[in-house]
Amino acid sequence: MSVTELRPRTPADTALVSLAEAAGSGEDARRAAIEALRREGLPHRRIEAWHYTDLRNLMGRRLGGNQLIEAVAAREFPQTGTVLAPLVAGSTVVDLDAPERASAPQGVTIAATDDLADWHESPNHLDRPVDTVRLVSAAFGARAATITVAGKAELAAPIELRGGIGAPSHSAVRVSVGDGATATFVERVEGGGSPAPSSAVSHLSIGDGAEVLWVIDQAKDEGAAHLGQLNVSVGANATFKLFLLNAGGQLVRQEVHAVTAGEGSEIIMRGVNLLEKDQHVDVTTTLRHTHPNTTATETFRNVLMGGHGVFQGMIKVSREAQKTDAKMACNTLLLSEDGDFSAKPELEIFADDVQCGHGATAGEINQDHLFYLMSRGIPAPQAKALLVKAFVDEMVEELEIDAALGEALTGKIDAWLEQSH
Amino acid sequence: MLEIKNLHARVADEGTEILKGVDLTVKDGEVAAIMGPNGSGKSTLSYILAGRDDYEVTEGDILYNGESILEMDPAERAASGVFLAFQYPLEIPGVATMTFLKTAMNAQRKARGEAELMTPDFMRRVKAAAAELKIDAEMLKRPLNVGFSGGEKKRAEILQMALLEPKLCVMDETDSGLDIDALKIVADGVNALRSETRSFLVITHYQRLLDYIVPDTVHVLYKGRIIKSGDKDLALQLENEGYGQIIGEAA
Repeated sequence: MSVTELRPRTPADTALVSLAEAAGSGEDARRAAIEALRREGLPHRRIEAWHYTDLRNLMGRRLGGNQLIEAVAAREFPQTGTVLAPLVAGSTVVDLDAPERASAPQGVTIAATDDLADWHESPNHLDRPVDTVRLVSAAFGARAATITVAGKAELAAPIELRGGIGAPSHSAVRVSVGDGATATFVERVEGGGSPAPSSAVSHLSIGDGAEVLWVIDQAKDEGAAHLGQLNVSVGANATFKLFLLNAGGQLVRQEVHAVTAGEGSEIIMRGVNLLEKDQHVDVTTTLRHTHPNTTATETFRNVLMGGHGVFQGMIKVSREAQKTDAKMACNTLLLSEDGDFSAKPELEIFADDVQCGHGATAGEINQDHLFYLMSRGIPAPQAKALLVKAFVDEMVEELEIDAALGEALTGKIDAWLEQSH
Repeated sequence: MLEIKNLHARVADEGTEILKGVDLTVKDGEVAAIMGPNGSGKSTLSYILAGRDDYEVTEGDILYNGESILEMDPAERAASGVFLAFQYPLEIPGVATMTFLKTAMNAQRKARGEAELMTPDFMRRVKAAAAELKIDAEMLKRPLNVGFSGGEKKRAEILQMALLEPKLCVMDETDSGLDIDALKIVADGVNALRSETRSFLVITHYQRLLDYIVPDTVHVLYKGRIIKSGDKDLALQLENEGYGQIIGEAA
């Protein structure tokens, strides 16, 4: 048993456990998770699921020296608690530190719970027998909420979920959308840095025939670390759309694990990762097709001015999932020689009548396109900006979402492109 | 307007020399046709005029209104009035046609120290020019050239030319891939733009285009040099006799 195996502890492991122990109340409930964190430590490059994001090493750089222990003792974490305007005006804002205060729209119930994330099993196929993101969430006692959308409800405005604005923040939410309902959720991941990562673990269950758009808007401050995980089950003939924007943070891992829960379900995932110098941003996804006649399209576009980007995408098609149609793509625009990107697409197919594909590209701006724009009088910097914007804006367009939300997302992308040029 | 003097150029990467001493003068308001067999350097000449950096000028000069443009990048040349209508206009996904048109027009205006166009004025100009070229509004809503047919792309090039009001229009095989109706529309568009202050360099394989855009001068480019010049009758002679006779004379 691995429990009895002695593993070398690093200062980062020890420091993270110390931080977890010091993380406020409810320690009894968290005890098992803290012990598991102590026992298992942080994953490193020899754990395949974390090969490109060696958390032990990367956290070690953040948690180096005695700085951390002192910070724990003094509780001196920077607080950057400005109240944010919602991404889309008119949204229902749910502060996950105090979900009961949200004013739920009709057909929606919102409640606080004490449930901790279940870390005993990883949804990540190449991981250890424990799940790191959930383990951190449970060890730090993430504030948890449940949100239920009644069947056939049609929510006019998005529900915006906010983890604690200060640092470090840990949130966990369980969302259940009833059969035939329509809803949009916006997960805002903002806030300042602390030595330890913040975390957000979400479970989304989509009923038959329902349509859910889930947006993750990650714009952590420079220097912050964040671990996110979204687990989705998509009912029969239901549609799950995801938009993931990574435009901040220093060390970020966002996982998305989706599974079909009925025939005819559709998964549409689009994402944009914008990286600058010194950032490490990892997007890891698994799509599990377990029912016949399901479709999935997954495209991520990355723009690197520097830093290190990671994409790991797995499509698993089980034996009974005939007529699965799943496509995955990861396209990277390298605008600096300092940036690098690791892409690992994987297909695991056990059904014999399926269409699955993946593609990964990395390159510079298309010189033919650049010449064409410049030949019309558009100066090089402006022409390049136009092409980069086109490259990423397509991700928003392809989702065919509400105009106000689409504009808010392209606005965020534009702001990043403008400040980094 | 344009003076090309002893122009030598090669492919920047591999060094193959394509232009081997081109001499050509185009006066204000002149329509000059460049004809020649495949591989004679016609498209290369058009790219070099527009400033494409895949080619390296090793000798000679290009004077535009008396000044060398060799040190200018493509955007600077465009703002000064040089326009290249591409043989194969590029599809650029994600860039909306209208955004592109407005950005290009305003970038040129800005470079010339003129005020930017306001949206209503811009829209009015686009609508008028598009109507002339029988380009419908739906086409303009698409990303730049994406999903356009060959004919639509060529019409879109002429639309850009009409809106940008260049002084020197270089047209690289504008007739290729056009059926006769589309060719007439495109030629009418070009003819409408002819003026005493605007010159054209019309590059083509076939005499057919020159029935619709009647040139003042015709020049034969062969193996990187102009080997014969004449008036529009030279194009007819080429149509009847092929290039063999003229190439033989030049050799």
